[in-house]
Amino acid sequence: MIRLVFGLLALALLVIVPLFVSEYELGLMIGMATYVALASAWALFSGHTNYISLATVAFYGTGAYTVAVLNESLPYPAVILCAGLIGAAMALLVGLSTLRLSGIYFVIFTFGLAELVRQLITWYEVTITGTLGRYIFLDLTARDIYWQMLALVVVSIGLTAWINRSRLGLALRAIGDDEVVAAHSGIPLARTKLIAFTLSATLITLVGAVASPRWVYVEPLIVFNPTVSFLTVIMALLGGANRLWGPLVGAIPLFLLFEWLSVNFPDTYPIFLGLMFIAVVFVLPNGIIAGLDNLRASLKGSKS
Amino acid sequence: MAMTTLVLGLVLGGTYALLALGLTLQYGIARIMNLAYGEVTLLAAFVLVFLFQSAGLSPLASILLIGPAGYLMGSLLYSVMMRPLVKRAEGKPGKLEVDSILATFGLLFVLQGVMLVLFGANFTSISYLDQGVDVFGVSVALNRLIAFAICLVAGLSLVMLLARSRWGLILRAVALTPGSAPLVGIDVNKVSRQGFALGTALASIGGASVAMYQTFSANDGVVFTMKALIIVIMGGVGNVAGALAAGFALGLVETFVATMFDPGLTLAATFAIFLIVLIWRPQGLFGRRS
Repeated sequence: MIRLVFGLLALALLVIVPLFVSEYELGLMIGMATYVALASAWALFSGHTNYISLATVAFYGTGAYTVAVLNESLPYPAVILCAGLIGAAMALLVGLSTLRLSGIYFVIFTFGLAELVRQLITWYEVTITGTLGRYIFLDLTARDIYWQMLALVVVSIGLTAWINRSRLGLALRAIGDDEVVAAHSGIPLARTKLIAFTLSATLITLVGAVASPRWVYVEPLIVFNPTVSFLTVIMALLGGANRLWGPLVGAIPLFLLFEWLSVNFPDTYPIFLGLMFIAVVFVLPNGIIAGLDNLRASLKGSKS
Repeated sequence: MAMTTLVLGLVLGGTYALLALGLTLQYGIARIMNLAYGEVTLLAAFVLVFLFQSAGLSPLASILLIGPAGYLMGSLLYSVMMRPLVKRAEGKPGKLEVDSILATFGLLFVLQGVMLVLFGANFTSISYLDQGVDVFGVSVALNRLIAFAICLVAGLSLVMLLARSRWGLILRAVALTPGSAPLVGIDVNKVSRQGFALGTALASIGGASVAMYQTFSANDGVVFTMKALIIVIMGGVGNVAGALAAGFALGLVETFVATMFDPGLTLAATFAIFLIVLIWRPQGLFGRRS
């Protein structure tokens, strides 16, 4: 009960903060909220199952591009709904063709998916519509975007918390531990994975859709930037992808570091990030939260 | 027109087949799913261009340097980066796969970053022996033919090595049953390192031959990795003959799509094939059902 009240207070604080900060700080907060939402949505599927999805930006970019295409012909809520539906349909297609097979097929397929979607959209725009690049004219302030993104963060983390306590979460954990055992205990493998993957991918698509008005001008090269996929995975892993708050714990410091690096070392930051990624895989394979738990456990052990 | 597609497709397929052979060695023997494979290929391509432009070294001579250099780099990479992961994953099935995917995903960005800093993001190409040669009535640039010959020589010597030599036998033994190989006195760690290094060498030779006839940029690595991965899966994981056949098939399909429809759709065609194979024969076109 106390934790719930505390959580609601923190949320209320996050809701009113943008009324008192500068434009630049608000931009940073939108970025943080975006990556917390992305990493949490990513971990919703990949955290427990150990199926590494490298397609974050394929869905994120699809969401953003959908808004760019539809923003002048439909009202905003309908545009967001369309983006969500397109993301879900794409996730179902990818999931149905790869998730019934061994996990490696899924990884490989998602690895190239962003590049595929980018090339297809580029081809379509160049040869069919004849225009590459679109403008987004929406009557939204930075605060509106921040509040919408915050709502997505709450939905992502809330949904993860709910799934963790439901039969679906139990099934996902069983699949992550041992797929053969899970199948023998009667868990419908393909359906379970498909549901979780579609939920996760739809959320990621919505994040892209909500974030898109910040760009104003959108073209495939901008919205399908592979760094987004990369950052999402490293953030979730750093915090601990199988913990509820892990993606949040990883996303905030890494986003700030990323901002700092891209301002001060614009040419070399991919190298730093790559090295950091490798370091996380080697040093903190289960994330910061698990690392702290281990440390606490060993301290207790040495006392008694 | 059909003849043009056939000849150009086979020439392109030669490079793809060689790249896929290297990847299937790394995955089959060392059990490392290397997502940075395309970046290694590109690095070799950049080195060839650099040697050609600054030192005036003939591409044929540089390939003789790049191949062994790739082997050494692969060997080093395995010892420093992959070996600790292999050790950590002992007795935990599936752990190495996840760890190697994540670690090489990080490596991808490191190598890409290094290439962007050293060579920039522009498209690069060299003009080397680009006069046309008549092949079955089709005019093919001489550099493409040389690249094809290099891939053919490298690929066939690898096939012979695996099939006929004692070293090949040992490599195949580790690929087949890494658990039983130590029983006959095989040092699995050493052989895994050799398999990984051999794969890196093939990636380097493939990349160097790509640089002889194609325009490329530091951002193309993902596409190379993707194509090599798809060929490996089409041919059946660890299946050398399958990888060769699938490599040529992909080269043909791509050239066909590029000439008949649009060059912008080649990756879509690759993915379409991948989807069909996944749905119809997930064990690969030439693989056996396990």
